Amino acid sequence: MSTQVLFGQLLVGLINGSFYALLALGFAIIFGLLGIINVAQGTFYMIGAFGGWMLLNYAGIGYWPALILAPLIAGVIGMALEKTLISRMYKLDHIYGLLLTYGLMMFIMGAFIWFYATAPRPYPVPPELGGGYNLGFMFLPKYRAWVVVVSVVFCFATWFVIEKTSVGRNLRAATENPMLTRAFGINVPALLTFGFGVGVALAGLAGVLAGPIKNVTPLMGGELVIVVFAIVVVGGMQSILGAIITGLSLGVLEGLTKVFYARGSDMVIFVVMVIVLLVKPAGLFGKEK
Amino acid sequence: MADALSLSIKDLQAFYGDSHVLHGVSLDVAAGEVVTIIGRNGAGKTTTLRAVMGMLERRTGSITLGGKEVIGAAPERIARLGVAYVPEERGIYATLDVTENLMLPRKVNDRGMSLERIYKLFPNLYERRGSQGTRLSGGEQQMLAIARVLRTGASLFLLDEPTEGLAPVIVQQIGAAIELMKQEGHTILLVEQNFRFATRIADRHYVMERGRIIDQIPRAEIAARESQIQQYLGI
Amino acid sequence: MTQQVMIDTRPAPSRAADRTLYLLGLAALLAAPFFVYPLFLAKVLCYCLFACAFNLLLGSVGLLSFGHAAFFGGAAYVTGHALKEWGLPFEFAAILGTAAATFLGFVFGYVSIRRQGLYFAMITLALAQMIYFLAFQLPFTHAEDGLTAIPRGKVLGLFDLNNLYVLYYTAAAVFLIGYVLIMRITHSTFGQILKAIRENQPRMISLGYRVNNYKLVAFVLSAGLAGLAGATKTMVVQLASTVDVHWATSGDVILMALLGGVGTLFGPVVGGVIVEMLQFYLADSGLPIQMVIGAIFVVCILVFRRGIVGEIQRLLGR
Repeated sequence: MSTQVLFGQLLVGLINGSFYALLALGFAIIFGLLGIINVAQGTFYMIGAFGGWMLLNYAGIGYWPALILAPLIAGVIGMALEKTLISRMYKLDHIYGLLLTYGLMMFIMGAFIWFYATAPRPYPVPPELGGGYNLGFMFLPKYRAWVVVVSVVFCFATWFVIEKTSVGRNLRAATENPMLTRAFGINVPALLTFGFGVGVALAGLAGVLAGPIKNVTPLMGGELVIVVFAIVVVGGMQSILGAIITGLSLGVLEGLTKVFYARGSDMVIFVVMVIVLLVKPAGLFGKEK
Repeated sequence: MADALSLSIKDLQAFYGDSHVLHGVSLDVAAGEVVTIIGRNGAGKTTTLRAVMGMLERRTGSITLGGKEVIGAAPERIARLGVAYVPEERGIYATLDVTENLMLPRKVNDRGMSLERIYKLFPNLYERRGSQGTRLSGGEQQMLAIARVLRTGASLFLLDEPTEGLAPVIVQQIGAAIELMKQEGHTILLVEQNFRFATRIADRHYVMERGRIIDQIPRAEIAARESQIQQYLGI
Repeated sequence: MTQQVMIDTRPAPSRAADRTLYLLGLAALLAAPFFVYPLFLAKVLCYCLFACAFNLLLGSVGLLSFGHAAFFGGAAYVTGHALKEWGLPFEFAAILGTAAATFLGFVFGYVSIRRQGLYFAMITLALAQMIYFLAFQLPFTHAEDGLTAIPRGKVLGLFDLNNLYVLYYTAAAVFLIGYVLIMRITHSTFGQILKAIRENQPRMISLGYRVNNYKLVAFVLSAGLAGLAGATKTMVVQLASTVDVHWATSGDVILMALLGGVGTLFGPVVGGVIVEMLQFYLADSGLPIQMVIGAIFVVCILVFRRGIVGEIQRLLGR
C-alpha cells in the first residue's frame, strides 16, 4: 500500500478530526456552562456552511469575509435561541433541554430542506488557497492544510481565552458555581447566552471551513453530531483540552482505519466509545464522580 | 463613612421548594454597625443571609439597602449595590487559582482595599497565588474568601460562620481583619456559632430559632444574660 | 422527571370507570377495521406498541433511550429475513426477531447503564448508530434496498395473513399482549421499585437494592417489546429497511411518548396514532416532515410537557 494512500487518508482523518474538535469543543463549553446537550450542534455547522454559501450567492461576499461572518451569524442565531427558548429549560429536568435542541435541529433542518432541497451545492475553494504542495510522500492540497491550521488555531485560541483571560475566568466560575458567581456581581445569565453563542459559533466556523471540501446541503451535520456524542463520551465533558485532543485523535484514527479496514471506518469511533465505557466510564479526561 | 450601607429586613418569608423556612424575620442593621445572628443549627441564619443576597428563589416581605427596596432583585444587582457575601462553605473555586479567586468578584467602586494591602494583611495568599483554589488549607481558604470581597469596595458584608472549624491562631487573624473592616466604617451582618468571637466585635446580637427572630441582646447586656444565651445556643 | 411526570400506578381495573374504559377500548380495537383501512391500522398499532415499549423505560425508570430504533429495526430485519429467506411461519419469525432485540438490548443496556441521565441518552444514540452502519454493511440486510416483498405466510398455521382482517387481528393481538404485559410490569412490585429508583436513586442504593440490575432488566424488557413491534411491522408492511434503524425513527418514538404523555400508560398509544397519521398526511404535501416534527417537539417541551393523556388526567383531577 502506497505512502500516498496512507498519508492522503491521514490528512482526511486530520481534517475530519479538526471538525470533530471544533464541534466537540463548542459542545463541551455549552454542556459545562448550561448543562444542555446541544443536539443542534451539527445544525449550526450546517448554518455556517450555508451562511458562507448564501453570502457568496446572494451578497457576493466571498470566502474571507465569510470566514468571520458565517460563524458570527451562527452565534447570533444561537444566542437568540438561548435567550428565548433554551434558557427556559434550566429549571427543568435536563432531558428536556436535550429534547428541545433535538426539536430545534429537526425544525431548522426541515426548514432548510423546504427552501433548498437536499441536493448538494458547490462552494468554490478560494483561489488563494488553490493547488498544493508536492511533499514527495504525498500531495498536500493548500486548502486542506489551511483547514487544519485554522481549526487548531481556533481551538487553541478558545482554550487560551477560557484558561488565561478574565472572561474565561468568569466562564469557569459560572460553570462551577453559577449562583455564587452571581453574588459576586457577575451577570451569569448574560454569560450563559454568550457561552452558547461561542459554542455554536465554533460549529459554524467548522461549517464554513467545510464548504469547499464537503457538499453544502441541509443534511450536513445530522449524522455528524452523533459522532460528536461519541467523542465527548470518550473524552469526558469536563475538559476543554480533552475535547480538542479526543476530536483530533479520533478523526485521525478514523482515517487510519479507512486505510487498513475500510468497512470499519464508520464504526471505529463508536467501538472506541464502547471500550472506554467498559474500562473508564468517566471518559479518558474525565474525573470519576 | 458616608457610603456605608444600612440594612432593614421586615417580615421576610422564605421557602426552599415547598418548605417554609423563614417565618417573618425582621431585623435592622444601621450603617457602620456590626450585628450578629446567633442560634442553633437549622435556625435559618444562613437562609437569612442568602435571602439578603437574592440567592433564594421564593421570598416575600421587604429587604431594603440604604433605604432602597431590593426584595425582588437578582444577586448580581445586589452585589453591585455594594453587598458582599462570604458563604459558610467559603465558596472557593476549584477551577480557578488563588489569584483568579481573588480577582473574580466585581469591583463596586474604587474604594476597596488594594491588592498590595490585601497581600500585606494576608501574606499567605501572595505566597500561594498560583495554586489551585481548593489546594489551600481551611484557614487560608477562609482568608481568601474574605480578602476577595475586601477588594470590591463593598460596604455591607454578610459573613457566614467565618471562624468555623479553624485553629485559634487563624481565628485571631480573621478577627483582626473583621476589626479592620469595622474601623473602616463598613456594615457587617455576621452569623457565628462561636459566641466568644461574636461578643468581641459585635454591637448587637439577634437570636434566631426555627426561622424566627426571638430575641435581641445589646452588647451591654451580654454578661447579665449569659445563661439565657447559652440556653438559646443549646449549649 | 420527578416534578413533571406522574406515573399511573393505580392497580389494574379496580374501579368501575376504568373497567368501562378498558372495555370500550377493546371494543374499539375489535371494531376498528370495519371503519378504517385495516392495513393502515395494523401498521399504526405496531408503532403504538413501539412507543409503549419505549415509554416503559422513560416513564417508569426515567431513562431516555435515544436509540430505540436499533431494537425496532434490528428485529424488523431478523424477522424479515426469517420470513423471506427461511420461510418461517409468522409466530416463529416474530419470536426470533424479538429474541434478537432482547439480546441487543442486553448488550446495549450493559454498556450504557453505567452512565446516568444525559450521558445515557447520548450513548444509546451512538450505539444505535453502529447498528445503522451495520445495516448498510451486513449482507443479509441488502443495504439501501432493504428487505422487500417479504411474504406474510400464515399465522398459527391456519390463517392467511394476506387477508387484511386476519392481518389486522393478528397485529391487534400482538399489540394487546404487549400492552397488557407493560401494564402488569408497571403495576407490579418490580414496577414500583423502578419508580422508587427514578425518584430517589441514592436512597434505594442505601437500602441495598442493586439499582443497575433493575435498570438493566427494564431496559431489556423495553428493547424486547420494541423488537416485537418491529417484527410485527415487518410482516404488516412487508418491508424492512434502513429507515427502521435510523435516528429519526428513534426521535419519532420519543415524540409519540411525549405528545401522548410520558408516564401514562395510554399516552404513547395516542401519540403513536397522531404521529403516524401526521406522517401519512404529510407524505404527499411537500412539507418536510422534519419541520413539523421539530415544531411539535418544541411546542410540547415548552408548554405541553404532560402530553395529551397527561393533561386529560390532570383535568380529571387524578
